[in-house]
Amino acid sequence: MEFIAHLGLGAETAFTLTNLLYCLAGVFLGTLIGVLPGLGPAATIAMLLPATFVLPPVSALIMLAGIYYGAQYGGSTTAILVNIPGETSSVVTALDGYQMARQGRAGAALATAAIGSFFAGTVSTLLLALFAPPLAEVALKFGPADYFSLMVLGLVASVVLAHGSLLHAIGMVVLGLLLGLVGTDVNSGMARYTFDLPPLFDGIGFVVVAMGTFGLGEIVRNLEHEATRSVMMTKISSLMPTKEDFKRMVAPILRGTVLGSALGILPGGGPVLASFAAYSLEKKVSKYSAQFGKGAIEGVAAPESANNAGAQTSFIPMLTLGIPSNPVMALMIGAMIIQGIQPGPGVITEQPALFWGIIVSMWIGNFFLIVLNLPLIGIWVRIIMVPYHLLFPAILVFCAIGVFSLSNTEFDVYLMALFGLLGYIFVKLDCEPAPMLLGFILGPMMEEYLRRAMLLSRGDPLVFVQRPISATMLALAVLGMVAVLAPVISKKREEAFQEE
Amino acid sequence: MTSHIRNPKDFWAGVIYATVGLAAIIIGRDYGMGTASKMGPAYFPSVLGGLLVLIGLIAIARSFLRPGEPLGSFAYRGAALVLGSTVLFGALVRGAGVIIALLVLVIMSAYASIKFRWWPSIAIAIVLVVFSVLIFIKGLGVPLPLLGSWFGG
Repeated sequence: MEFIAHLGLGAETAFTLTNLLYCLAGVFLGTLIGVLPGLGPAATIAMLLPATFVLPPVSALIMLAGIYYGAQYGGSTTAILVNIPGETSSVVTALDGYQMARQGRAGAALATAAIGSFFAGTVSTLLLALFAPPLAEVALKFGPADYFSLMVLGLVASVVLAHGSLLHAIGMVVLGLLLGLVGTDVNSGMARYTFDLPPLFDGIGFVVVAMGTFGLGEIVRNLEHEATRSVMMTKISSLMPTKEDFKRMVAPILRGTVLGSALGILPGGGPVLASFAAYSLEKKVSKYSAQFGKGAIEGVAAPESANNAGAQTSFIPMLTLGIPSNPVMALMIGAMIIQGIQPGPGVITEQPALFWGIIVSMWIGNFFLIVLNLPLIGIWVRIIMVPYHLLFPAILVFCAIGVFSLSNTEFDVYLMALFGLLGYIFVKLDCEPAPMLLGFILGPMMEEYLRRAMLLSRGDPLVFVQRPISATMLALAVLGMVAVLAPVISKKREEAFQEE
Repeated sequence: MTSHIRNPKDFWAGVIYATVGLAAIIIGRDYGMGTASKMGPAYFPSVLGGLLVLIGLIAIARSFLRPGEPLGSFAYRGAALVLGSTVLFGALVRGAGVIIALLVLVIMSAYASIKFRWWPSIAIAIVLVVFSVLIFIKGLGVPLPLLGSWFGG
């Protein structure tokens, strides 16, 4: 039983006292910052990332994964209690969760979210453990052309699945790809687009971009609506769902888990898509569909299970192919590179302890979530109540010191401010910055694979359609584009995102 | 701008794409294109730049055809205070030291809020300075001077 042996190896890594502590610390800190209204997982991870650089790679990644689930769950807590979804993936949770809270059933909603997340997390962690190794084996056969096409597919998928204008999503991806190329070209040693500024020779730090656009840009945007932003807190009485609740949540949790796990693996997928899809599905199949939007427990159970399942399975393409499917995975890849690990199919064979350790720790992280969050709900509530005008200067302090500590230069602080401005401008122009970050991470990789593929084919671009894997990826990418451009389906897509 | 633009958001986004794309191509001219089989440093960025110019032009063209929402107000004051205080932090942190730089960062950025009051902000600033010094500088060892070179630190 190879599978058991692998999990055993993972358990050996994950169950050391240090790693358990880092996992716990990650989950705790992630929730702590994730419950703050307006801070999603990407911003939370970007903010806490510098703190993990001092740790050894395994502990750092375990902690980051913990921060991710913590932030995800924290966002749901805020969505349920005060109707301010911290991130897009909990937008749908707010619909019914907040209504439940207003009916005095906040405790039941929170407990449902926790139970659903834990179940989904357990199942999807198992899926990850089962499917990642064979996928990585397939990935080892990938040539440069296949990788290039896979990245094209990933970017196209993220564009297709992004909400908002298709044209702007593509524009932001290309912009991100270009930004990623700033710095010294590895092949020729030439400094590109550096304007003779020495700190740019190593390229723009991705944490700088992430903190600028997600952290600072978001603060400026939030300050706009400050007057209308009021936090109304409902009382939490009993945390225990009733017997009736339990009966009603079982099927939605199962459906949410299956759907979320499947959608999480897709390039461009992840928790956001998973939660939206699960909510729509549940609304269609549930016999209580009339109660949706008025506090139906299914409307919390399904998307919450789905987003956690999707969050978990989106690690599959990241760990096996080295391809990020969403901004959070892009940050994780960045963290791995900084730790000196090249993400890709080699990770499983070259660093089995790291790989399996992370997987086992995911389950532990999910376990901590349920034992930590429900009993500590009183603390989270108090944190949510911190008024924003006292909160955002603290976020700025974290960002400023964090970004400075990356390479101990004030240049990064200036650059972060610049990206804050850009991020705000883009949001004002309805251009989502998330695809830009994906492009930013993939830019240098794509160039490298394109170069190698073309070198091997002696300049013949047909190599991309002659290799079966590459051709399949490109065909899927084209199909995805056509699907969005076809009017019927694009109308469906708008409908799916209408729920916002 | 004239009233021919029916979708200002598309228009300005298009202008940004086209400008960046064009800049990438023009600056890239110094880098050497190479050939398709041996790509030079300018090859990939030039292709991307061209693509971005194209996207920008489409967005600009579309802005004349399809109506859209107006731009909406730009939070000049908030943006200037939040981003300005961040830049100032960078400028002060070595010279004046982290204590002064953080006090400036916190109080100046807090001023951006419509709910700003002096005493609570000063209190928050002091708490954050103590916290940051303990966690980041003592705990995580970020090499920042408490008092900067201007004070002989």
